[in-house]
Amino acid sequence: MVLRYLHIACVFLCCVPVLFAQKTEICNTCKVSTITQAVEMAKPFDTIQVKAGTYKEHNISITKPLSIIGEGMPVIDGENKGEIITIRSDSVTISGFTIVNVGTSYTTDYAAIRVVKSRNFTIRDNILERLFFGIYLEKARQGKVLNNTIKGNAVNEYNSGNGIQLWYSDHVEVTGNTVQNVRDGIYLEFSDHIDIKNNKSIDNLRYGLHFMFSNHNTYTSNLFENNGAGVAVMFSKFIIMQDNIFRKNWGPSSYGLLLKEITDSKLTRNTFENNTQGVHAEGISRMTFTENDFANNGYAIKIQGACYSNTFSRNNFLYNAFDLSYSGRMNENNFDYNYWSDYYGYDLNRDGIGDVPYRPVKLFSHMTDQIPEAIVLLRSTFTGLMDFSEKITPVFTPPGLMDNSPKIKKNKW
Amino acid sequence: MLKIIRYSFFDLARSRWSYAYFLFYLLLGTVLLFLNNNLSGAIITLMNVNIILVPLIATVFGVMYHYNSREFTNLLLAQPLKRSAIFTGQYFGIAGSLSLSLVLGLGIPFAAYGLFRSAMIWNFAVLLITGVALTFIFTSLAFNIALSNENRIKGFGYAILLWLLLAVVYDGIFLLLLAGFQEYPLEKFSLVATVFNPVDLSRILILLKLDISALMGYTGAVFKQFFGTSAGGIFSSLMLSLWILLPLWRMRRIAKKKDF
Amino acid sequence: MVNIQNLNKAFGRNQVLDNLSLEIDQKGVTAILGPNGSGKTTLIKSILGMVIPDKGAITINGKDIKKDVLYRENLDYLPQIADFPDNLKVKELIKMIKDLRNKPARDETLIRFFGLGPFLDKKFNTLSGGTRQKVNLVLAFMFDSPLIILDEPSSGLDPVSLIRLKEWINREKAQGKIILVTSHIMSFVEEIAENIAFLLDGKIYFNGSLSELKIKTGREDLEHAIAALLLENDHPALVYHES
Repeated sequence: MVLRYLHIACVFLCCVPVLFAQKTEICNTCKVSTITQAVEMAKPFDTIQVKAGTYKEHNISITKPLSIIGEGMPVIDGENKGEIITIRSDSVTISGFTIVNVGTSYTTDYAAIRVVKSRNFTIRDNILERLFFGIYLEKARQGKVLNNTIKGNAVNEYNSGNGIQLWYSDHVEVTGNTVQNVRDGIYLEFSDHIDIKNNKSIDNLRYGLHFMFSNHNTYTSNLFENNGAGVAVMFSKFIIMQDNIFRKNWGPSSYGLLLKEITDSKLTRNTFENNTQGVHAEGISRMTFTENDFANNGYAIKIQGACYSNTFSRNNFLYNAFDLSYSGRMNENNFDYNYWSDYYGYDLNRDGIGDVPYRPVKLFSHMTDQIPEAIVLLRSTFTGLMDFSEKITPVFTPPGLMDNSPKIKKNKW
Repeated sequence: MLKIIRYSFFDLARSRWSYAYFLFYLLLGTVLLFLNNNLSGAIITLMNVNIILVPLIATVFGVMYHYNSREFTNLLLAQPLKRSAIFTGQYFGIAGSLSLSLVLGLGIPFAAYGLFRSAMIWNFAVLLITGVALTFIFTSLAFNIALSNENRIKGFGYAILLWLLLAVVYDGIFLLLLAGFQEYPLEKFSLVATVFNPVDLSRILILLKLDISALMGYTGAVFKQFFGTSAGGIFSSLMLSLWILLPLWRMRRIAKKKDF
Repeated sequence: MVNIQNLNKAFGRNQVLDNLSLEIDQKGVTAILGPNGSGKTTLIKSILGMVIPDKGAITINGKDIKKDVLYRENLDYLPQIADFPDNLKVKELIKMIKDLRNKPARDETLIRFFGLGPFLDKKFNTLSGGTRQKVNLVLAFMFDSPLIILDEPSSGLDPVSLIRLKEWINREKAQGKIILVTSHIMSFVEEIAENIAFLLDGKIYFNGSLSELKIKTGREDLEHAIAALLLENDHPALVYHES
């Protein structure tokens, strides 16, 4: 309760300056007809209301706390001349704009909205189109990026930017955004304590969501569909990944989730379906994979390199071409209580757990790692026989790699 | 010849083997669809059946039919009928009735499931087309074997051997070659090796329809590019037809020279 | 009518027909006799076009049988073994053969004659060997062709049916047909045949009327006449037979 009062008090205190602030209205035919002009004239904590219309402006630099609110989705057209809005002050709100035509450059990362070294910013309900970078947070903290729609027209990786980019930023909430057709939907580099929730990242060239050197982040209930590769989490620690959907990331060397050099993270209750590779993991340790659904993927999980002390428990593996691909002869990971649709064991004591262990690694998947072309023999009778004999007397797959307690029925939660 | 086709067809259509074969597919299709509720999983399982069971049944059944109807064939030979007409007629009769068992056995549960309103219809169509093609191919091979071997045991032996060769051993050799020549680009080779074996060709055609090609990496992309074009489609149907026509042609030649 | 010129046929190293020539012009029954393995069935099958000879020619009514299968329109054949598809009913098979030949047929007369009426709706796998043979006979006589070839027609028949068969053969003879018969039952041959063609090691050793054969060998019955022919040729079949 105390916490709640504190919270209310806090909100109230924050609102105090606003109560004394002025309101400026601008429109195409008003006395003040450009946003740049209005920003210059405004005093800190003013609100600028922008009426519907098209404002051909770029390099709008905001250096004082302001709320700039669009009414009826006014359009800010940057005419491909460069960056459009740059925020260099704390407590700035930008909402309700359609921002189009950000300039493309090979030397400068122009963005529709950039936040530089600021706190308490809110960027919400904007539509960003025909852009290079969308929302670029540079050393920004304690802000919110809410319900924006970012629709790029990226064709090549080298001359396209990211939808939402966070660089050396922390404690930011990214919620309810839709990012389409850019390079990386959401990109984090050296950014910690970021909360990414309820976003949709679709049809992006490279990754739907991309982490680099970013720790203690959480992403939940997002949808990643039909990206070059769903989500890449690299060189990061303490990441919580929950209730996300990774879907239709199809293509040679494509995957739902790429984990590279990740430790102490949790992957829980996510759904991976119709991906070439559901999860591709290299050098992960102390991770837990619990209660995830892997359905109709090429490979459900592909593990390469040194992976230690990971736990795969209570997941469902449904109709994947390969449930698990594993390189190396040693297994330091633990599999238990998973449901495998390829499991044909029996349960005599009816405790819901199969009496025969399940070996998720097929010899054939091992072979295709060595000879990629051999994949043309997928599901042929010969490779079926090979897998069968390997199942009975394992020679190539790690002997300890098995689920000793495979579930008879699908796990439910 | 049409009369012979009709008689062989109806003769088989009434045999309990055809019923068993039909009921097997009916049961399989129903169980897969209604108890499993996973359409692409069902198609994968049916594909496995397609590339193992269909060739085996067609070969064994073709050889068996020939040996069992020897006396009746002699009766036909004494009639004013051309030999080629008799054997081609019997061939189409058997292959037709086996195909009918397959198409109806799988078609009925799929139709009941509402497949014809789903996007899966094309995957299913490829499944049936390759199944029918494999039936015709292996029946014609079986007829060749049966006509060349008076000894039943030898005939059955060769039939099983042929099935093993095309359905299993071929892929084994294929894999060994892939492993042996790893350092060379193998896409073209894989493509050629696949196209020449009707079992592999059927398997790949179904797999490509199922969108697993992406899983197949660069090789898969090459395959998709080849089979995706109309030229690739024409070429693969040509290859399947050739597998029917060449044995059929040889069968007619043997039949012409054979003593009964 | 049937003219066979220098026919040769070998199965592997076994020379079954050795430069065999035979002409059958005389109406009535000609019995083709010979010990087991003498080439009777091969000869018959050559005439039917089921065995392809290595050398030589067969003409029927002056036409080479290699050229066209249509000569079989005027030929009826009774195979040695009466085996038919198990799933078919008797009447279906009869209907089917009629359909294939597309000619007027005397099937109803024959069915009545051989008493097959009660079996018409039965499937072949339920029939006895004798009944099957009767169906076989119906099929062979159905089309009223001028040339009939019967391979062991009496096999499996009960005495009553055998009498019926002989009766029918006599009727056919009366119509001036040419009938070729093979049989191991000499008494049956003696009753129906006018002419004998005797085959040994793929060659014709005798071709003439039954009475000529008896005169030539000086024996009164066919069985002994044949034995005498074999003895004359010092054939091992006979030695084996007597021991």
